[in-house]
Amino acid sequence: MTDTSHAFVRTTILPAQSPPLTEKGAIKWLRENLFAGPYNTLLTLVGLWIVYSLAAAALPWLLNSVWNANSLQECRAIVAERAGPGASGACWAMVRERWHQFLFGFYPQDQYWRPLLAFGLLFAAIAPVLYSDNRRNLMAVLAAVALFLIVTLSMATAPMAVLVGAVAIIALLIGVAQVASPRLMLFTLLYPAIAFFLLWGGSIWTPVMAMVGLGVIAVAYRLLVNRIGVAPAASVGVVLALLWWLFLDVPLAQQMSVLFPVGLESVPSDRFGGFLLAITIGVTAISFSLPLGILLALGRQSDMLLVKTLSVGFIEFIRGVPLITLLFTASLLLQYFLPPNTNFDLILRVIILVTLFAAAYIAEVIRGGLAALPRGQYEAADALGLDYWRAQRLIIMPQALKISIPGIVSTFIGLFKDTTLVSFVGLLDPLRGVTTVVRADINWKGIYWEPYIFVGAIFFVICFGMSRYSMYLEQKLKRDHR
Amino acid sequence: MSTQSAVDRRAMNMTDEVAVQIVKMNKWFGTFHVLRDIDLTVQRGERIVIAGPSGSGKSTLIRCINRLEEHQSGQIIVDGTELTNDIKNIDKVRSEVGMVFQHFNLFPHLTILENLTLAPIWVRKIPKREAEETAMYFLEKVKIPEQALKYPGQLSGGQQQRVAIARSLCMKPRIMLFDEPTSALDPEMIKEVLDTMIALAEEGMTMLCVTHEMGFARQVAHRVIFMDQGQIVEQNEPEEFFLNPKSERTKLFLSQILGH
Amino acid sequence: MAYAGEAPKQGFRLGMLIYDTRYRSITIQVIVLILFGLFVSWLINNTVQNLAAKDRTFDFGFLWNRAGYDINQTLIPYTNDSTHGRALFVGLVNTLVVAALGCVLATVLGVIVGVLRLSKNWLIGRIMTVYVEVFRNIPLLLWILLSFVILTETTPSPRDFRVTEEMTAAGEAPAASMLLNGTVAVTNRGINVPAPLFDRNLGTIGLGEFQLSLNTLAIIVVLGVSIFLNGRLRAHAKAVQEDTGVRPVTWWKSLLLLLGPIVLLLVALGFHLEYPEITRFNFTGGLELLHSFSALLIALVLYTAAFIAEVVRAGIQAISKGQTEAAFALGMRPGRTMSLIILPQALRVIIPPLISQYLNLTKNTSLAIAVSYMDLRGTLGGITLNQTGKELECMLLMMLIYLIISLLISSLMNLYNSTVRLKER
Repeated sequence: MTDTSHAFVRTTILPAQSPPLTEKGAIKWLRENLFAGPYNTLLTLVGLWIVYSLAAAALPWLLNSVWNANSLQECRAIVAERAGPGASGACWAMVRERWHQFLFGFYPQDQYWRPLLAFGLLFAAIAPVLYSDNRRNLMAVLAAVALFLIVTLSMATAPMAVLVGAVAIIALLIGVAQVASPRLMLFTLLYPAIAFFLLWGGSIWTPVMAMVGLGVIAVAYRLLVNRIGVAPAASVGVVLALLWWLFLDVPLAQQMSVLFPVGLESVPSDRFGGFLLAITIGVTAISFSLPLGILLALGRQSDMLLVKTLSVGFIEFIRGVPLITLLFTASLLLQYFLPPNTNFDLILRVIILVTLFAAAYIAEVIRGGLAALPRGQYEAADALGLDYWRAQRLIIMPQALKISIPGIVSTFIGLFKDTTLVSFVGLLDPLRGVTTVVRADINWKGIYWEPYIFVGAIFFVICFGMSRYSMYLEQKLKRDHR
Repeated sequence: MSTQSAVDRRAMNMTDEVAVQIVKMNKWFGTFHVLRDIDLTVQRGERIVIAGPSGSGKSTLIRCINRLEEHQSGQIIVDGTELTNDIKNIDKVRSEVGMVFQHFNLFPHLTILENLTLAPIWVRKIPKREAEETAMYFLEKVKIPEQALKYPGQLSGGQQQRVAIARSLCMKPRIMLFDEPTSALDPEMIKEVLDTMIALAEEGMTMLCVTHEMGFARQVAHRVIFMDQGQIVEQNEPEEFFLNPKSERTKLFLSQILGH
Repeated sequence: MAYAGEAPKQGFRLGMLIYDTRYRSITIQVIVLILFGLFVSWLINNTVQNLAAKDRTFDFGFLWNRAGYDINQTLIPYTNDSTHGRALFVGLVNTLVVAALGCVLATVLGVIVGVLRLSKNWLIGRIMTVYVEVFRNIPLLLWILLSFVILTETTPSPRDFRVTEEMTAAGEAPAASMLLNGTVAVTNRGINVPAPLFDRNLGTIGLGEFQLSLNTLAIIVVLGVSIFLNGRLRAHAKAVQEDTGVRPVTWWKSLLLLLGPIVLLLVALGFHLEYPEITRFNFTGGLELLHSFSALLIALVLYTAAFIAEVVRAGIQAISKGQTEAAFALGMRPGRTMSLIILPQALRVIIPPLISQYLNLTKNTSLAIAVSYMDLRGTLGGITLNQTGKELECMLLMMLIYLIISLLISSLMNLYNSTVRLKER
């Protein structure tokens, strides 16, 4: 080893050479991904066969699509004329004629701008929650909402005043976001009333007076919280608000609408249908289930046996029975449980039960978020002298909710798909409800692929989009928590 | 600084006022007897280092002092307030006693400044502007005022621990508890945290510190307490403690941590 | 020892109810209990008043009355003279059959898809991804309705299968033909499949209302014994391996143990298949599966399998590549690595969400309403409810039954979780 004359010292670095032909480009890719051995090649052939048979079945049908016809018979005649007898072809003419029913049910056509406006503003209401710390995204969402509203409202031939008003609202929101973006939460809080007023119409005083009840809670809480603590102050607020809603709300609203009759044309619930109905039920239920789910999750974690038992009992009961039984409860049983002669809207009853349903699932999602928080966070809050509710509000919940967002989105996707079940209690959901209406028409009797594909595609786009978004959030959370 | 001057300062800062008094305190985790007949009196201005093998109950002891753990018998009196089941007393003690944790436990969703002002605003009900001024004052004391608007995740471990110390100081505590403040840190970051603690000691803060940093104990502590199996086995002035340990357990422990 | 006792005794003050940690939680719980009691009594009071106003009572006596309606799929004996209670059980059995078959088939399909999705084959991976995403993101109801419509509206009528003499003479083929070597016929009325029959019957034993066929019992017993013996064989092989280091070859013994007895039993009982045959207007012989049943089952399986595939994929991916590499580095062959290292760990991740998918599938069987399959909701919550008008009783009973099924399934999961946790210690 001491003989250094054998030592080999390279003085120049070898230039990189291109790999052998089998290791690069399309050939390498094919070899590695499709034909890496006999088993793999067999799989590829099976895959090709699957793709071929699907294409062979669907392509001619799609290529022979008919967009202009007045009935299924006409469609078939056109296809036969075009591609010879025995050929099959899609009859999208039905979608062309009936798309508005799939989207809006029997909502009055001249009022379509109202659900559209409510839908656009929904995103303006969600954005401040999701992007409280990211003004650029917030602005992007608000701008997209403005664009969406301008396009759809003009397509729906909304009155000029509405268009200007909508743009003005968004401009106002953008202005607020520039100056003091936390204030945008106020719009989020007001949104339920705005959406209710836009969708159902009627006197403006009904939602206004209902929101005053929330104001009562806020004022009572502010006044009392420093004297008697968080939970008692909130309870007093809720009791006062209940008194307001039970005894003062309705008469005052009636009085005001006589004195100052402001309002929109009232649209009864049975005109709601299609995706308008699905989105209304889904969004309302998920937003009201959030506070309820938080309370249930906290209850489940409580060391008070009774509170824990009640929370667990409620959650497990709701999760243990199929949604359909809860929907039937809404349509058949609620009338037994409520005081005699209370009778209210079926959609509202369904929303209440679906909210309870979602709350149980949200509670489990949030429980997971709470479990993911390190014990030290609770201890640090304790050591600083924060009481239970302050620690929850300032330290625990902001973090637990952030971790839970992907789970909440997944729950919403499931819930949104489940809104199709409301057709079994007689509501006009887009899938079974509207399709049944369409198929009942003598012109479209016997059509089945087209409505299901149309509705399925819309569901797919919405749900797939949301699930991708939630996956993106999950990845982002993982990065942030390194 | 020389050892001599540190000893001098020790003598100056001690007073006869009692800050913490623990009498015949016992605690069990289930059937496991973690703390046995603990008697301890801490003078105002006194700095105590608690050492001992893991599982000896030293962390549990200081966690009992601000009721992160509940003791089952005996008495703990902090600043004249006895820790009982009374929530008002617990709240009072907690706002008087600052605590620094091994894993910092900063709130990751809040900026450094928000971490520091949260408790003063919500517990002490101090106006926000005033709380922020105090927070900046203490951030300068721990030498990281420029990090005020960052989030904890963006700071190094040593910086985070200094923020955690500043967070406790913002509540203007009369007593500070340290629960192994340096054991989750990389070696090069330990010094910056210890320097902060020494500076705090020089101002006369009453400190109870669970740590294995024996250099720190020599330099600033008035008393070193050695715990084993839930009991206080030995306590003495640092010089005596390190040079002439009395009990066999202490000798063994010292030979293990100083031996190499 | 003056302080050695408990905390000093204090007089009880009213403020301690709120400010003392010992009493505070009791105070809160008492308040919650009172509020909850008030709420429940309010509900009960309303219900009593409403029932009185409608002149109805609350009792389950109707379950022993004559049902008077027919059910198109009865797996336990039932006629329209049977009671509503028995109709309930027919529905329950129908629910359980779809749920059990669905779980098994969905697991098989889901595991295959989940594994293939991870395959190195690009094309197959993509096809499986498309399948999973399409089925997961479209409501189950659509799949049920679509399956049903396809089965009822695109299939030939039974008479299309008929071969008349004129056709034979003209050499024409019938408009439709049977599948799988002439054993299965899909018509617009139902799916006709071969029926398993026995020449010799061992008779039945009665369990009160219900009859259990001894043949079925014998098959179950023999299968159980075979599986048990096979387990012993493997345990023995393991013991030999631990003693000597060499594992005896067991596969042919296993095969013999598992297949031999059951084949012998089937031959002894005279087991054979009865094939459906076309007569003038319809098929006779064999079993006719209702389209409502098939559509529900197909849709449930396809939908749930997509979710199970995700569970399987996530489970396998959760086991880090490092585990495989460590096993290879120790010189283990891929097969052993899979069975000894990867699967035990992956199963631990897979099984809890898998069981929760079973739970979902079972609850989703209630969508049978879309195709009028006579499940629990179709009998108890459907026709019985409408005939007797006992809405409250029927709905509550139905929820209770679903709840019990769900709790049984989730207790299975808890059991699994606790055994796994024990092993991890």
